[in-house]
Amino acid sequence: MQNEFESRTGEVWPLNVGQVYTTLQRLERDGLVETDTENAEGSQKRYRMTPAGARELAAWLRTPPELVPPPRDELVIKVLVALEVPGTDVHELLQAHRRHVIEVMQRYTRIKADSGEDDVALALVADAELFRLEGIVRWLDAADVRLRGLQPAAPSPATETPFEPTRAKEVSQ
Amino acid sequence: MTPALELHEVSKVYGSGPSEVQALDEVDLAVERDELVAVKGPSGSGKSTLLTIAGSLEQPTSGQVLVDGVDLAAVSRSDRARMRRRSIGYVFQDFNLLPGLKALENVTLPLELDGMSARKARNAALEAMGELDVADHRDRFPDELSGGERQRVAIARAIVGKRGLLLADEPTGALDSVNGEAVMRLLRAATHRGVAGVVVTHEAQLASWADRVVFLRDGRIVDQTSALAGPESLLAAGERS
Repeated sequence: MQNEFESRTGEVWPLNVGQVYTTLQRLERDGLVETDTENAEGSQKRYRMTPAGARELAAWLRTPPELVPPPRDELVIKVLVALEVPGTDVHELLQAHRRHVIEVMQRYTRIKADSGEDDVALALVADAELFRLEGIVRWLDAADVRLRGLQPAAPSPATETPFEPTRAKEVSQ
Repeated sequence: MTPALELHEVSKVYGSGPSEVQALDEVDLAVERDELVAVKGPSGSGKSTLLTIAGSLEQPTSGQVLVDGVDLAAVSRSDRARMRRRSIGYVFQDFNLLPGLKALENVTLPLELDGMSARKARNAALEAMGELDVADHRDRFPDELSGGERQRVAIARAIVGKRGLLLADEPTGALDSVNGEAVMRLLRAATHRGVAGVVVTHEAQLASWADRVVFLRDGRIVDQTSALAGPESLLAAGERS
């Protein structure tokens, strides 16, 4: 099950085996799956979905995920703080984040490029990340235009260190 | 090996006096064969000017442009025109196919203009169209093709005749995202068969198909992506979260 899940999601989402067992036990406890004794193979336990499980699955598939954004977006906060820090070139800061996000996008696109066009599951997983990351770049681009007329405040010695984002933090949720 | 395209301190100024506009400001860029480079920047950053100068459709105000090691300023106007036909292919957002010509005729046109025999041009065009999976549409007129098919024909026209430099200006702008991706796959495949490719775009998804992304702002290259890390780095990030 672990192999199947990971291959179907382009191995982008690793699955914890222990989590699979505990989840199956809970599903069985709640009557959503049951042990399939007729088709058991050796020591491997098999499960099948119950009618209640099928109804639960159908309802889950149609339930919208949580779309309300987190109360504080780290990247937005960083840019807002940068506007208040004397000597910070906010356009350079936006560019450093833009470059980093696009480098991550290049890696997802490489996964798609290296797979066949017929690997639909992998393309869907990679697309989900790419569209999310593209949204971040579009926000950075829009911020760049909005802040275009803004003159950087006078430099201060404390902020002359070249800016380099901490890897992965600003693109993880 | 000599890069297929080199720009050395290329500047372009339009107008003069109070209406003077500095479209490009000392741009340095080298693109190797087998490499796809995306130039990303906002509207008015100089992207299209960079492309037209790289493709010899326009002359820089100062600086040097070399295609396959040949300085474009050092050759005659007719030699530059020959280089444009033989060495450089263009792909535009709106395809720029001639509506009165069939798909095959659109692809053979640059070769025939260059003096190639009709038979040789037809064979070369069919080979390029085959690579782009549009050879079956050879006898259709552009308005009988979908947007994605038209762009494939346009790419076939751009790579036909073994050109070494492929220049594309927002090539997926008129297409939906899946058809746009198919076009980028083809451009990427074409460059990895020995062509140097430059795509200018404001779209991050499009740019992410490139081996390298350079960022243009107010006519200057201000940054570029570093060498690509492998996909395993994404797996490692996933395991941490």
